[in-house]
Amino acid sequence: MNSPAANLTSETDGVHRRPVLLVFGCTVLGAAAQIFMKFGANRLAHPGLIGMATNLPLLSGLVLYGLSTVLLVLALKDGELSLLYPVIALTYVWVTLLSLVLLHDQPNPYKLAGIAIIVIGVSVLGRGGKR
Amino acid sequence: MSGTPVSSMLLMLVASLIGSSGAVLLKLGAMELNKGFWHILNIKLAAGVAVYLVSWYFFVLGIRHGELSVLYPMVSLGYIWTLLWARMFFKEALTREKFAGLALILLGVFFVGLGSK
Repeated sequence: MNSPAANLTSETDGVHRRPVLLVFGCTVLGAAAQIFMKFGANRLAHPGLIGMATNLPLLSGLVLYGLSTVLLVLALKDGELSLLYPVIALTYVWVTLLSLVLLHDQPNPYKLAGIAIIVIGVSVLGRGGKR
Repeated sequence: MSGTPVSSMLLMLVASLIGSSGAVLLKLGAMELNKGFWHILNIKLAAGVAVYLVSWYFFVLGIRHGELSVLYPMVSLGYIWTLLWARMFFKEALTREKFAGLALILLGVFFVGLGSK
């Protein structure tokens, strides 16, 4: 069927999926940023702007945050703030998984349950956008 | 809970409030991009990023002491504030799916925090 209504539906689907994919990329970069910032914060002897500005891991994390922010902005151009912003919680999922691999964190049931619940929450949220 | 100073919790609360206002500025600035990509250099986005830097400063100070199981979920309070601002400023619909999804996300973040040292 090639009715105008069917075309409209598939077009709006595409329009609504792109912002979600952009936020998805935003969370992956944001997770990498947090891993760097974790390294940086751990060795921050003296809090304060000068201590932070000379801390290389913190600065690297900040640059990655900048890139992830650009993706977020591109997503927000067409998407709803109330829908896209909570999706950023996916960052916790990537941080947890990256920490298991890179920082050799012990996997524990709480964390695994937590990231599973977040993933379910994001998929529920994804159904709540404007139609 | 006992290992987390109230001052750290307040710092996280402040960080979440400031961060959520940054989200509003980002949305305002992002709407300028409809005129073309290079409108990404606009004052609203710049203000949004500046506000995020301030929020980031409070976040780093707040996360230095205390338990992540308490502090992590506090950052995600920002999602709740942002939902309210999206309704107030952009007249976005608050659907059942958004509330349910957000509730699950907060629960999930709480569990991640519980599992963190």
